[in-house]
Amino acid sequence: MEDCLIKKMEITVSEAEKRTGRNAMNMQETYTAYLIETRAVESQGEGQCAPVDSLWRRYSEFELLRNYLTVTYPHIVVPPLPEKRADFVWHKLSADNMDPDFVERRRIGLENFLLRVASHPVLCLDKMFYSFLTQEGGWKEMVNETGFQLKADSRLKALNATFRVKNPDKRFTELKHYSDELQSVISHLLRVRARVADRLYGVYKVHGNYGRVFSEWSAIEKEMGDGLQSAGHHMDVYAASIDDILEEEEHYADQLKEYLFYAEALRAVCRKHELMQYELEMAAQDLTSKKQQCEELATGTVRTFSLKGMTSKLFGQETPEQREAKIRILEEQIQEGEQQLKSKNLEGRDFVKSAWADIERFKEQKNHDLKEALISYAVMQISMCKKGIQVWTNAKECFSKM
Amino acid sequence: DTSLAEVNSLSPSMPISPSSMINQYKFEDEPQLRDLFITVDDPESHITAIETFITYRVVTKTSRGEFDSSEYEVRRRYQDFLWLKSKLEEAHPTLIIPPLPEKFIMKGMVERFSDEFIETRRKALHKFLNRIADHPTLTFNDDFKIFLTAQAWELSSHKKQGPGLLSRMGQTVRAVASSVRGGVKNRPEMFTEMNNYMETFSQKIIVLDKIAHRIYKEEREYFNEMKEYGPIHTLWSASEEDIADSLKGVASCIDKCCRATEKRMAGLSEHLLPILHEYVLYSEILMGVLKRRDQIQSEFESKVDILANKKTEKDPFAEEIGKLEDKVECANNALKVDWDRWKQNMKCDMRSMFTNMAESNLRYYEECLATWESFLASQTVDPHVEEDSEDRP
Repeated sequence: MEDCLIKKMEITVSEAEKRTGRNAMNMQETYTAYLIETRAVESQGEGQCAPVDSLWRRYSEFELLRNYLTVTYPHIVVPPLPEKRADFVWHKLSADNMDPDFVERRRIGLENFLLRVASHPVLCLDKMFYSFLTQEGGWKEMVNETGFQLKADSRLKALNATFRVKNPDKRFTELKHYSDELQSVISHLLRVRARVADRLYGVYKVHGNYGRVFSEWSAIEKEMGDGLQSAGHHMDVYAASIDDILEEEEHYADQLKEYLFYAEALRAVCRKHELMQYELEMAAQDLTSKKQQCEELATGTVRTFSLKGMTSKLFGQETPEQREAKIRILEEQIQEGEQQLKSKNLEGRDFVKSAWADIERFKEQKNHDLKEALISYAVMQISMCKKGIQVWTNAKECFSKM
Repeated sequence: DTSLAEVNSLSPSMPISPSSMINQYKFEDEPQLRDLFITVDDPESHITAIETFITYRVVTKTSRGEFDSSEYEVRRRYQDFLWLKSKLEEAHPTLIIPPLPEKFIMKGMVERFSDEFIETRRKALHKFLNRIADHPTLTFNDDFKIFLTAQAWELSSHKKQGPGLLSRMGQTVRAVASSVRGGVKNRPEMFTEMNNYMETFSQKIIVLDKIAHRIYKEEREYFNEMKEYGPIHTLWSASEEDIADSLKGVASCIDKCCRATEKRMAGLSEHLLPILHEYVLYSEILMGVLKRRDQIQSEFESKVDILANKKTEKDPFAEEIGKLEDKVECANNALKVDWDRWKQNMKCDMRSMFTNMAESNLRYYEECLATWESFLASQTVDPHVEEDSEDRP
């Protein structure tokens, strides 16, 4: 971690601003721009503060950065971006991208993304990432010029490999299952949590109605009036308290969401392994069949049925010279193939090794973060209960004085 | 035990334990002077060719001299309670007769003979009889005594006697006549104040009843969602290793809070809702009582008017007017005293009802707090982790 960027540089996404501009089709659009501020960390000097550099980026640029990273470092579990659109909302939260609460939570999510990348031992060294943080103009063009989009594997290719691979590393297969389960269980949890929040909101808010009625009722009561009135006030406090409680809970939901999206990043690494393994298997298969062909041509025996063999039987044998030429070509291809297979094998093993190292790092991070999130959830519940006890103790006292 | 046997030589079968009975009932007036204990329980279904109906067992234990025995057990159906109520209203038009549960529930959620409906009704009937027993005047009413003590056939035959239908018609006729006259002219200030009070009280209590039902409904929806919430964490823990315990811990906390919510709901439905409902019915009753008082006064006033218009033959009317004047005064006094009593009881009932509600919520939050605190303690054994959680905003 000594080399991690995060040790040398303070990074914040400090502001969000609504902008209007023209998009690629020259139509007017509204979008949000985020201010990224960076400052070198001074290792010595108490009063010395390095100047703050800043630049504005919009969400699509973050997406471009992440796409670049996932293609360039396919063996790394690349941190996810916060959601593009508001999902898992309960009724009070707006699903509108322009909603200030959503924008605020996204700002925090984007900052979190940058911090995660900056603290990753491999990713933090990336030049495009550094320029993203420091170079305002021309960054998009620079990233596109790397031609990373060409290196990206097509989805179809990846899907094909997933179905057809014969011997993937078992650990990756298990990891894929795990990431499926993780994604499924966290989505379910977030959905139910949103419903629970909705209902809890209802319970608290209805109590607010007591306040008004108690107040009106107290007007006609001589003895009970004061008790009713003050109890009503506490009911209002109770009803109002839910807003802060649920807002805090949204941060907890965001922590879970990050790992929901991390599941996809895990799957991406597994898919890359499957693709590499599949291509390796295909190359080996191809080599084997070429060797076989070569042998057949050399010995003149046809061991397996082949259309070529049939046609040559039907239309006559080839001349010895033709056969020799074919054999020579095949031998060249076989040599090439063997080289390729060797390097693919090496590539594959390197990939598995470095991917698995990052996966272990990720697992530790995940366990730490999720445990902390669960603890913070408990802390929130405790705070909510204490507030409830406070309010109802006060209310009880007012009622007993009626 | 031997002392009990001495006191109750007449009824050796059922041992009376005053302390157990004291715990069962809520006292309104002086608990030490209670000498009439009534329970309503054991609903039973009866099916005849014509109809199906429910009877309830009414058990009375008393030390009063005017009762031949110290213990009675009879079965009564809802109709019988209706009869009792109308007899009491007849006998004491300006006393506040406690409310009976309604004939039907319009809300449509509860079936006529569902267990929930029967139980709610049983509790309300129990309350009804006990409120009468606690009332300084109504407790000595003859029809009340017959209701508590007569066997089924005795009650039927008694019901057939007396004014009954005709007197009810008479009441209606008087009411119409009174409104035709234009109502009461010189209503004493006190009763106008009561009227104004009841109008506002009535509105407020109806709204309170609605709010309480709404809260119950929201709590039930919350409970339903919570039931699903806990198990998801358990499911998740199955695919984890390091955090499996934390997840299971959270699941267990949520389940415990879920059960605590159930208790809170039960508190609402047992204490808050029935009492609020009773007072909604009470407000209708009180408006009725005030009307009847007005009618009595307007009857008197109209006779006075007639007398004023007749220059001769005053004497025969004088006696009648005198009687009506007394009637008005009695009615007014009876109502005044009963009103003050009702207000006192209402205050006590409201105070204890709302205090109960606050306590129920307190217990809920205290239980949940304990659950989460114990979970937190189990998680923050590692001091490093504890520091982190303290730093969290």
